[in-house]
Amino acid sequence: MKKNIIVVATAILFVVLFVVAAFVYNNQKDKELSNASLAKAEHVQRDYSPKTGPLDAKVTIVEFFDPACGTCSAFYPLVKQLMNDNPGKVNLVLRYLPLHQNSDVVVSIFEAARLQNRFWETLERAYQTREAWIEHHVSRPEKLWEQLGGLGLDMEKLNEDLRSAEIARRVKQDMLDAQQLNVSKTPGFFVNGKPLIHFGYEQLKQLVESEVAANY
Amino acid sequence: MTDNKIKTGSQQGWGLIFACWLIAMAALFGSLFFSEVMGLKPCVLCWWQRIFIYPLAVLFLVGMLPLDRSVVRYTLPLAVIGLGFAIYHYLVYSGFIPESLQPCSEDLSCADINLELMGFVTIPMLSIFAYSAIIALLLIFRKRFFQ
Repeated sequence: MKKNIIVVATAILFVVLFVVAAFVYNNQKDKELSNASLAKAEHVQRDYSPKTGPLDAKVTIVEFFDPACGTCSAFYPLVKQLMNDNPGKVNLVLRYLPLHQNSDVVVSIFEAARLQNRFWETLERAYQTREAWIEHHVSRPEKLWEQLGGLGLDMEKLNEDLRSAEIARRVKQDMLDAQQLNVSKTPGFFVNGKPLIHFGYEQLKQLVESEVAANY
Repeated sequence: MTDNKIKTGSQQGWGLIFACWLIAMAALFGSLFFSEVMGLKPCVLCWWQRIFIYPLAVLFLVGMLPLDRSVVRYTLPLAVIGLGFAIYHYLVYSGFIPESLQPCSEDLSCADINLELMGFVTIPMLSIFAYSAIIALLLIFRKRFFQ
């Protein structure tokens, strides 16, 4: 019957149109994203951010993170591994994107610990004790507080510092930059200013390796 | 000759149902494009509208191969209810119904406008258009070919 053919052809047309449109849209979006972040390079990195790894490394990973984000915690050792796999060539800058409730207080604790040169120790402790201070995706800074023993932190000073205006300003700036760069999920990675568009460890590894190859 | 007449007679109005199906399919694939490709999360009211448009794509398909005129009985109520949700959503969108009265969770507001085609066409507007067009076509079908 002729009508059957018309209907089947139309249905196929819908599916094909959908797939083509999706392909075109994704392609354009990828291009836009990488152009946007290249144009907004100044938002990717700020001088005040915590940094680790060799100072003269030519490849820099910038990670927007939330300490209460499980994927950020899972990626932390992987990122460290990427740095170890490329000795002397890769360093890491962390930036705050506290999307979970109360995570802004947690990152302020990190910043305050940084004033005592204990940033990375505090961050690692927080990742190790996640279950103790995250309840139903809400950060409980007071519970994290109890986990910070043995790190050599002056807790009184920490308590004072974490309320400082400078720390609040930095966290706010990081969040504004994330917004400018279209980073709405954590972890959000940039390698030498290039965004990790399709999220995944393999993709991040490839991006880092291509930058290492291009710079060494 | 007589045979032919009966045949065309029994198929009268097929085009109207086919048009309804096209609209429902466009709405189905369009809404999936917004959520799955563009990543716009559907709010609660969007889901209610989806609930009433998705089965229409199936009902019209079954109802026109071969043409079953009573398809109008099963599809018209769905379209009318769907239009109700679309109009309600449009009113929330344009601010006629205050934020506190809308049944949305706080994390995903139905009043947030996240897409404007050509500067003014919003998703609830598209939904109203699709539902109204389907209802209009079904009413014509019912008047001319049903009963």
